[in-house]
Parts: sequence; C-alpha cells; structure tokens
Amino acid sequence: MANSWRRERWDSLRLLTPNWLSRLPGLDYDGPDPDGYMTSGEVASLVSRFARVIDAPVRSQTSVLSVRPAGDGYHVATSQGDLQCRSLVIASGACNIATTPSFRTAVPASLTQLTPLDYRGPSELPEGGVLVVGASATGVQLAAEVQRSGRPVVLSVGEHVRLPRLHRDRDVLWWMDASGVWDQRWDEIDDLNRARRLPSPQLIGSPDRSTLDLNTLTGLGVELVGRLAAVRDGVALFSGGLRNVCSLADLKMKRLLAGFDSWAGLSPSKDFEPTAVPASTRLKLDLHGGEISTIVWATGFRPDYSWLDVPVVDEKGRLRHEGGVAGAPGLYALGLPMLRRRRSSFINGIEDDARAVVDHLAKELTDR
Amino acid sequence: MTVVDNGVNVQALLEAREALKGAPEAAQFTWRATSKWEKGVHSTATVQKFFGLGQEQTHKKESVFSADHPEVFAAEDNGITPIEYLLVGLASCLTAGVASVAQNRGIQVRSIESTVEGAHDIRGILGADSDVRNGFNDVKVTFNINADASKEEIEALVAQSQKRSAVYDALTNPTNVTVEVA
Ligand SMILES: Cc1cc2nc3c(=O)[nH]c(=O)nc-3n(C[C@H](O)[C@H](O)[C@H](O)COP(=O)(O)OP(=O)(O)OC[C@H]3O[C@@H](n4cnc5c(N)ncnc54)[C@H](O)[C@@H]3O)c2cc1C
Repeated sequence: MANSWRRERWDSLRLLTPNWLSRLPGLDYDGPDPDGYMTSGEVASLVSRFARVIDAPVRSQTSVLSVRPAGDGYHVATSQGDLQCRSLVIASGACNIATTPSFRTAVPASLTQLTPLDYRGPSELPEGGVLVVGASATGVQLAAEVQRSGRPVVLSVGEHVRLPRLHRDRDVLWWMDASGVWDQRWDEIDDLNRARRLPSPQLIGSPDRSTLDLNTLTGLGVELVGRLAAVRDGVALFSGGLRNVCSLADLKMKRLLAGFDSWAGLSPSKDFEPTAVPASTRLKLDLHGGEISTIVWATGFRPDYSWLDVPVVDEKGRLRHEGGVAGAPGLYALGLPMLRRRRSSFINGIEDDARAVVDHLAKELTDR
Repeated sequence: MTVVDNGVNVQALLEAREALKGAPEAAQFTWRATSKWEKGVHSTATVQKFFGLGQEQTHKKESVFSADHPEVFAAEDNGITPIEYLLVGLASCLTAGVASVAQNRGIQVRSIESTVEGAHDIRGILGADSDVRNGFNDVKVTFNINADASKEEIEALVAQSQKRSAVYDALTNPTNVTVEVA
C-alpha cells in the first residue's frame, strides 16, 4: 500500500502542497502544522490511515499483470490469481516510468546516470560534478540538494513553470485553490494537450517555506544552461535559448500573480525579480572531460500501461479518456494530470474526480 | 469592437494545425535551395520548389540570392555574406511570428521593426585561432513594436514568437547536417 511513496521517492522529498491541501476524501489534515509539508513517509501513513478509515477490501502485495476485455467486463490477471469484473478504474498512477531523452544512450559509460526513481540522496552519488537535466519541481529540488552536498551542479533548463512559494504571505497554492484556477475544467481549456503536459511548478515544501526558483539556485552556485538538445561524440549540446524560456516563465508567473491580485480586488503587487540569466551560457559540455561524473534525468514521468490489453492507449502511450471516462465500456481512470480539473494533478484533486467518475460508473452499471 | 487585422490568416493556420494532428505524413516538408558558383567567393542561390502536404509545391516565382564577401575581405561584394542570410532568416521568422501571435491574441499591430546583430570573431574561419568557433558567438535581436498593447503584452508576443520560430530553433539547437558529393 502507498507503494509509490514508500519506494519511488528520494529520501528528502516533502510534498510541495501544504498539509491542509493534501487531503483525501473525508480525511482533512488534523495535525499541528496545516501550513507545513508532509514527508513521503507521512504521505504513506496518510494513505494507510485512509485505507483503514474507508475500510476498503485492499489486496496488498498484488500486481496486476494484465487486463483484457472479457464478456460483459474485464478479465484481470494478478500475481495472486485472476479476477473478473464489470467495471474497472485504472488508478495506477501517472508517474510509473521516468522518461528520458533518446540520446541518453549516447552518454559515455563512465558516467553514473540516475532518474528520480533511483535517486535517494546526494551521498550516494560519486564525487564530482552533476548534470541535472530538467528544471521542474524534481529537477530544482535535486539540483539544490546536490549542490549543497558540495558537488557542483550544472542545471539544464527547458520550459518551466516559475512560482514563488508565498504570494502576499500566503502559500501560492492557497491562491490557486481559492481563486478558482485549480477548478478550471478539462472541457473548458483551449489546449488540453498542453495543459496535461504542463511541467510541475518550481516549488519545494520546506519548513521555512522558501522559494526555490532559478535565482535561488544561481545564488547557491548552480550553473544554468539551456535545454539539453543532443549528446554528440560524448559532448552534451545545450540550446542557446535559455533566456527565452526564462522570459516566458517570468511573464506567465507575473500574469498569474496579477490574476490573483485582481481576483482579490488588490492593486498589483510590487515587481518581482526577473530570472537572472547569465550573459552567455555554455553550449557544450564534454562528458569525457571529467567535470561531470553523474547525470540526473529529471525529465518527467509517464504512466506504464504495458499490462493493459484494451485499445485505449494512444500512439504516445497516453490513456484516451474524457474526464476519466475511458474509451471502453466500464473502464475509468483516476489520478492523471488535469483529468477533470487543474487540481486533478495533485492529491487534492481526487475527491471531486472520484465522485464524478464513480457517479458515471454506477449509472453505467445500472443502465447496462 | 474594432476588427484586428494584421493580415495573418490565423484561422487557416489553426485549421491546418488541427488537420495535421491526425496526418503527420502531410506535415513533412522539405525546403530546398540550389546554388551555383559564379567566381571567386561569389555564388548565386535560387529557391522555388519545395515539398509538402504530400506533393511537390512551388513558390509563385523563383527568388534569386547573391552571396559574396565584402571588399574588406578582398572580394567583389556582389551580395551579402552567407552568414548574413542567417540574420535575414531569423529577423523575418521572428517578425512573422510576432504578427501571427498578435493576430491570434487579438492585438492590432501598426509596426514591427527589428535589428539583428551577430557577433562574429572571424579568427575562427581564418584559422587564426583554433579556440575560436566559426559561427556567431552571440546573436542579438532588438525589436521596436508599435501595437495596441501594454509593454508586457508586447514582451509576451516576442517571447511566444521565439518559442514557435523555426529559425530561432535552428540557430539555438544543434541540427544534423549531412554534406555529400553526388
Ligand atoms: C516526485 C513526485 C512528487 C509529487 N509531489 C506531489 C505533491 O507534493 N503534492 C501532490 O498533491 N501531488 C504530488 N505528486 C502527484 C501525486 O503523486 C499524485 O497526485 C498521486 O500520487 C496520485 O495518486 P494515485 O494513487 O493515483 O497514484 P500513485 O500514487 O502513483 O499510486 C499508484 C499505485 O498503483 C500501483 N500500481 C501501478 N501499476 C500497478 C499494477 N500493474 N498492479 C498493481 N499496482 C500497480 C503503484 O505501485 C502505486 O502504488 C507527486 C508526484 C511525484 C511523482
């Protein structure tokens, strides 16, 4: 139970959503620190506690090996025997596999390569420099802790979402929640594909509620470079477009915060520091040169549907669904980014999503 | 309400985007230029045909470009240097992008002017210092835009046009280039 929080997170991870927001249906946070951020261990306990509260018949230590249509429903083969069901909710998570670029294979074998699913902490890395690829939530968090461990970090930055931890002394996610941004529905969004692929925000949940943006990392001594575009002859080649991805992120953040202010009827807040981009960034890094001994691929995750023998997965490996209703009778999904609303990408989204999906499922069962 | 018209048919572009989502083969284009040596470092390039939407296409007319070196390079200066053509490409691509994004966002544009500067240490191409690269060290584009929009909205137009620019991408990211003798 809560396998992903027990086995697939690095040691120092804390949620980037505050405790009061990281709630499960009917299980509000009742601890002493609503504005704090849970460790992975605390999330695992929360999930286990939830299982006890709802008293659902959980089969632990059971892997689903395959699901295929059978009769009026689905045949489910598991490591503990087979099951037959009429309806099925796929809640296997959005982050089963770490995605890495194809040129990963061109990296010299002398380097250690890790994904966030294998990374535990900086002390397990070899001495020497670390190239962190990707500057979303995972990348900025790992870059900061690796740099603090004394290993110099080069951070390769593509498109990203910049956010301050606090806006006008409140958690920025309080504003997302209260202003209604997190309630935007999947069927009201211009470019749903893009919204579903939106990188996670540059946020960290730390006891001092500090901001972790590129300026913070530059202050720690992290070197910023552009998006990693290729590895050729053992040389990593970075885009020269860092300035523009930073401008885009600055502009979007400014627009979002101005939207919060106008929602609250407040005059726009003072200007924030633009992202400081070095006058010229390195375009090449020789991976044979000895400067870098480890690459951490913080380049995102994708779900694993290799066990799903139902034709509802598109050519990019994404599940086809309309707000959680998948393209096969009785088949549903929960726990995917922007499944029904912006908040669906977070633990907090499950309450509304589950209600909508289960309503549909129950109605479909009685109508069938 | 006044109608915003920057002369960009955004509707057609949006329709093409939708249509090509389901037809990746039709989206495969090949752009071509042919070049002929004249004399010295002077050459003439012509551009007319290209491939796209599954078939051969052709521009309304053929365009001819002369490339040469300036007199300070001891050449006849029959045309601009090849690397200056990259600046031409970048400026026109970003300008088209600004106009299109503005149209899509309902922003009337009155003028878009830009200056593109490429900083180039020619010791590279002369082989005078092997640590100096052949290409640009830095490219700087400065826009002067007059539009019905705030400074911030204009900055957003310029940022978005870079995000969707073919030439910006081709210059900022490495590309595989194969050169062979037929
Ligand atoms: C690094 C990271 C940090 C995150 N931080 C936050 C945060 O700060 N705040 C927040 O709100 N959200 C955060 N999220 C998102 C959060 O994980 C999801 O919103 C939430 O976990 C979704 O829950 P889930 O149960 O749907 O999926 P998961 O938590 O992924 O659980 C899916 C479960 O299904 C199991 N499973 C998969 N395939 C099979 C199979 N074939 N057979 C049997 N079991 C299977 C997995 O082992 C896993 O236990 C983060 C995600 C990641 C990856």
